[in-house]
Amino acid sequence: MIIRESEQVYHGRRWLVFSLLGGCMAVLLWRAVDLQIVHQDFLRDHGDARSVRVVSIPAHRGMITDRNGEPLAISTPVQSIWTMPRRLLDSDQDLAPLAGLLGMEEKQLLTLLGERSGREFVYLKRHTEPDLEQKIMALNLPGVYRQQEYRRYYPAAEVAGHVVGFTNVDDEGQEGLELAYDDWLKGTPGAKRVLKDRLGRVVENIESIEASDPGRNLQLSIDLRIQYLAYRELKLAVAQHRARSGSLVLMDARNGEVLAMVSQPSYNPNNRSVMESDHVRNRSITDVFEPGSTMKPFTIAAALESGLYRPDTFIDTSPGFYRVGEHTIRDLRNYGSIDVAAVIRHSSNVGASKIAMSLEPAQLWNFLTGVGFGQPTGSGFPGESNGKLNGYNSWSDVELATLSFGYGLSVTALQLAQAYSVLAADGELRPVTVLKTRQEPAGVRSMSAQTAGHVQRMMQAVVTNGTGKLAAINGYKVAGKTGTVHKSTRGGYAEHRYLSLFAGMVPLSDPRLVMVVMVDEPSGDQYFGGQVAAPVFSRVMSGALRLMNIPPDDLPSLPGQVIAGHGESGTVH
Amino acid sequence: MESKTLSTRLHVDFPIILGIIVVCGIGLVILYSASNQQVDVVTRQAIRIGIAIIMMLLVAQVPASSIRRWCPELYVLGILLLLLVIFFGDIGKGAQRWLDIGVIRFQPSEIMKLAVPMVVAWYLSQRDLPPRLTALFVAILIVAVPVGLIAIQPDLGTALLVAAAGGAVVVVAGIRLKILAAFAALAASCAPLLWYFMHDYQKRRVLTFMDPEQDPLGAGYHIIQSKIAIGSGGLYGKGWLNGTQSNLEFLPERSTDFIFAVYCEEFGFMGVLFLVCVYLLIIFRGFYIAYNAQEIFGKLLASGIVLTFFVYIIVNIGMVSGQLPVVGVPLPFISLGGTSMVTLMIGFGILMSIHTHRRLLSQ
Repeated sequence: MIIRESEQVYHGRRWLVFSLLGGCMAVLLWRAVDLQIVHQDFLRDHGDARSVRVVSIPAHRGMITDRNGEPLAISTPVQSIWTMPRRLLDSDQDLAPLAGLLGMEEKQLLTLLGERSGREFVYLKRHTEPDLEQKIMALNLPGVYRQQEYRRYYPAAEVAGHVVGFTNVDDEGQEGLELAYDDWLKGTPGAKRVLKDRLGRVVENIESIEASDPGRNLQLSIDLRIQYLAYRELKLAVAQHRARSGSLVLMDARNGEVLAMVSQPSYNPNNRSVMESDHVRNRSITDVFEPGSTMKPFTIAAALESGLYRPDTFIDTSPGFYRVGEHTIRDLRNYGSIDVAAVIRHSSNVGASKIAMSLEPAQLWNFLTGVGFGQPTGSGFPGESNGKLNGYNSWSDVELATLSFGYGLSVTALQLAQAYSVLAADGELRPVTVLKTRQEPAGVRSMSAQTAGHVQRMMQAVVTNGTGKLAAINGYKVAGKTGTVHKSTRGGYAEHRYLSLFAGMVPLSDPRLVMVVMVDEPSGDQYFGGQVAAPVFSRVMSGALRLMNIPPDDLPSLPGQVIAGHGESGTVH
Repeated sequence: MESKTLSTRLHVDFPIILGIIVVCGIGLVILYSASNQQVDVVTRQAIRIGIAIIMMLLVAQVPASSIRRWCPELYVLGILLLLLVIFFGDIGKGAQRWLDIGVIRFQPSEIMKLAVPMVVAWYLSQRDLPPRLTALFVAILIVAVPVGLIAIQPDLGTALLVAAAGGAVVVVAGIRLKILAAFAALAASCAPLLWYFMHDYQKRRVLTFMDPEQDPLGAGYHIIQSKIAIGSGGLYGKGWLNGTQSNLEFLPERSTDFIFAVYCEEFGFMGVLFLVCVYLLIIFRGFYIAYNAQEIFGKLLASGIVLTFFVYIIVNIGMVSGQLPVVGVPLPFISLGGTSMVTLMIGFGILMSIHTHRRLLSQ
């Protein structure tokens, strides 16, 4: 009967067990309803908040090329390593390997992370080499992530550094054309929604909210081959004459395109850790100087334009000096009575002064302004100086006189090159551009073509028979003007500090290339523009003529021609 | 004379084995997703399931009377092994639970999950029912010794499960409600004492359970993530392999103890309902077997096994959904791992044995 008794008990227990069981199940199911249906939206949002992120897609910055498509600035994708310090510190992982890869002491890294532990985003290393980046990521540390960015490389390095400029680590233009055309180059970063896992790795791109819009390319008028040649020769000259600095601008007079623009000293935009701010300056456009004798062709041109002078008008420059008020203007020697052309050939200060003083100041001012003195060149370079040309109302007699041979006003090398381009382009002023132009910009006439032609021929004599003989180029007719400028210091002109200049154009039969060479403070024996700057002109220009396939216009003077012909034909093409 | 059915001849209970296979199938499907689609993980788990089912069928061939005979020996062996663990055991995950016997490592506490209800059933079935106080005291001692040995390993989860298994047998054997209530009151008053003896990590778990938001990135992280995963499943779920919280490693222990959250996220409330129904089918069938068992030992043991199974489910789901503190209890037949599955399968093998080895009784 034991079984019977216990069966009665079992009924009670069964009830208890089943109600317990049912109660537990009910609680669990209610929990499921509560979580999955009542609070579903809240929890789902929370889930998404943990996994869905909007990240920005960096935009590829446009490439900068020279006129032939050679790259001057290119962007390549690189990874930057960043961290969420809290997560990394909380992981209790050994940080020594990471510190080693980052090139610091573990203590140093811990201090760095500790100080920034409140932040969500701290860069550990930007723009890492792929090899290093892989090693760091292989450590598999929590809270260490990478981010794709672009790094800018400048293949031409020092050679085009001043023109191209550079960007900062955030890919924003800082100097040169990188800054001037930043908006054009930089593009628009996009955004995308991604799914990230607990370690912050992107596991899936859900949708692209906005595609990144790559920046546009920029083609410069610079010819890298000529630029390199100019860089090499200027650097050589500055070193040889132990000069402080130098700059060189080579332009195409027909359309205002700058073909080469270099400055010394230069810098490597790829390695800015050793960069000196003094070297970054693009001296061709930022540094102003008094043009000295390179100004005289414009004084003469203004005189010819006034109608008061003709190329064969004689001016008496004896006795070699000329008093204006308390000041005395001197020539190197007494040239006597010379014609206008000889004023340029001999570079006579007295002659230029006398001519300028006979001109109407307003007319001279208008003329000089018309060829670009004191005016913007239109190159669009950041930090470009416009030089300085005072208004004619304030000119005293001595100021007018010294202005005629290039003192009392200031120009940049680029400005001077533009002004010489006006002479080369038969009197038409064109805006300067560093971009490759699709069509020739319309010029503004500053002087008659006849005047320009006269001055060109006068300047040819400077090279064939005057102060600028070293600027001559075999096979080409060269016109130009030397300048040796006493540098001004506070309160007067320094005795033994000079600026050597040469400005010229070639080929004279149809002038096309214009170059200005400026060497600042040559400290050797030689300091005349004709000795220091003219040889640079000759070497760079002869290379540029060859590279640009400009035919010679002065063949008979080619040496070796007759020998080559063995007396049979006399000339060789 | 009733003819021998196929079920009786093979000693297999078809409703239970069907339920188990369905749950195991769900387990493999969800494991594929939880393991980030690693086929070899799923394959190994399938092999474990196969081995466990074979063991279940083998145990089912042993008559319940033979099982009953070996109960005391099994219990004593279990106690000895537990003592061995305390003196020579391996330390795994900070607790001494494993015994390395050359070829395999295993947890002796796992044996106790079966040995304790068996020996309690064996003991009580020889006494008057409902048990007298002395018998009750002995039964409680039988349960308390292994529970204590397991608890000091420390493995609180298994200790609780073993206690539940033994306690379940005592409860179904018939214990006066007054005494039961007295025990509950005693347990409640002992809670502060228990707290005193708990390890730090155990205390932290309990505190976290009380208020997970207090330390959302540390101790509360499991529970918060798990609740988010369950909740974001909604009514119909995100679909297989589409659970973001679980697949993106936001959810810890997602193929073992917290696999239920993965299931909830991907299959939603409907999936939960289905799974709970299958579990309930197994449980009700188990109680049916217990009710129809011919001998007291069979009744007690079958009830104990089914209740243990039920406790597994309740504790795991309660833990994953944040209603119970986190204790390491797997979800039966679904969580990755072989040990607890083999134990459960052997339990169900015993259940089948009880049901199919019937002595023919003349009416």
